[in-house]
Amino acid sequence: MPNDVLQIGLTHFVVLSIALAGAGVATIITRRNAIGILIGVELILNAASLNLVAFNHYQWRTTPVTLTAKSEMLDGDRLVEPAVAATTPAGKTKATASSPQPVRVLRPAIDGQMFALFIVVLAAAEAAVALSVILNFYNRYGSIDVEHADALHG
Amino acid sequence: MFQIAQQASADALGPVTPALFFCGAAMVVVSAWAIVFTRSVVRMCFFLLLTLGSVAGLFFFLEAELLGAIQLIVYVGGTLILIVFGVMLTGKPPHAETVVKWSELVLGSLVALVLVGGLLIAWSRLSMPVASEEASPNNAVAAAGRALLSSYLAPFEVMGVLLLVVMVGAAHIARRKAQ
Repeated sequence: MPNDVLQIGLTHFVVLSIALAGAGVATIITRRNAIGILIGVELILNAASLNLVAFNHYQWRTTPVTLTAKSEMLDGDRLVEPAVAATTPAGKTKATASSPQPVRVLRPAIDGQMFALFIVVLAAAEAAVALSVILNFYNRYGSIDVEHADALHG
Repeated sequence: MFQIAQQASADALGPVTPALFFCGAAMVVVSAWAIVFTRSVVRMCFFLLLTLGSVAGLFFFLEAELLGAIQLIVYVGGTLILIVFGVMLTGKPPHAETVVKWSELVLGSLVALVLVGGLLIAWSRLSMPVASEEASPNNAVAAAGRALLSSYLAPFEVMGVLLLVVMVGAAHIARRKAQ
C-alpha cells in the first residue's frame, strides 16, 4: 500500500538500519586493512544507535510517573486520567487549581537517546584505542594488513 | 505545552515529511554500500562522512536534536578525523589500496545479504506493540539533560572516567618507543 509506505514509521527505520548493519558486516568481511575493518564497525554501531533512537521516538514510556501536584508537570508530559474519567480526552481536565492533588503523567521516553549517546562516546573511545594499536602495529611491521597480525597464531 | 492532537492517521511524526526521510535514507544506504564497494581507504573515509552525516540528519528527523548535534560534533568532527589521521600515518601506497579478492567480495556480500534477509524476515514476522501513533513532543534536549543528571548519572560519570583512561592509554600505546 503506497499510503503505508509514505507514512514514516518504525519499520522504515528498522529496514534502514538493517541495510546499514549489512553494509558494516560486508565491509568487515571484505577488508584486510585494519582501518577498513574499523570503519565497518562504525557502520554497525551507527545502525544500532539509529535503531535505538527510532524505537525511542515511537514509544512512550509506558509506566506513568506520579507527581505530587500538577504544577510539577514538565514540558511534554501527558496526563493520565484516572480510570473513572478514562473517556474524557487527556489533557483537557478540569482546570481546578484548588488543592494540589497527585497526578499521574506519561513522560516521553529518553532512554533510547541516552543509550545512543553512550554508543557515540564508546565508539569514539574505541576508535582512539584501535587507531593507536594500529599505529603501533604499523611502526612494528610496516603494514596494517590484519593477515600479518598472526604472531599469536602459534 | 504539549497539545494532545490525536489525529490518528495524520502523519505520526508531525514535522516529518516522507520525502525528507527518503532522501536521508537513500543517502545513508548508498554511501554505506559505497564503502563496501570502494577500494581506496580515503574514499571509504569520505563515504563514511556522508553516512554519518545522513544518520545525523535522520536523528534530527526523529526529534533527537541533541543526539544529532553530538553525532556531528563527536563522530564527524572527532572520530572521522582520527580515522583520517590513521590513514595518513599508516598509508604507504602498497597498503593504502585494499586489494579485495573476488572470492572475498562474493563471500562478504553473500554473508551480508543473508544477514539482511534474515533480519528482514525476522522483522516482518514480529508484531511490535510499541509503534505508537503519537509523536513525542519536542523537548528532547531538556529531557536528556534531566536524564543525564538523574537516572543516568552513574553511566555518565563512568563515561567520563572511561574517556580519561582511553586518552591516557591511547597516548601511551601510540607513542614512539625510544630506541
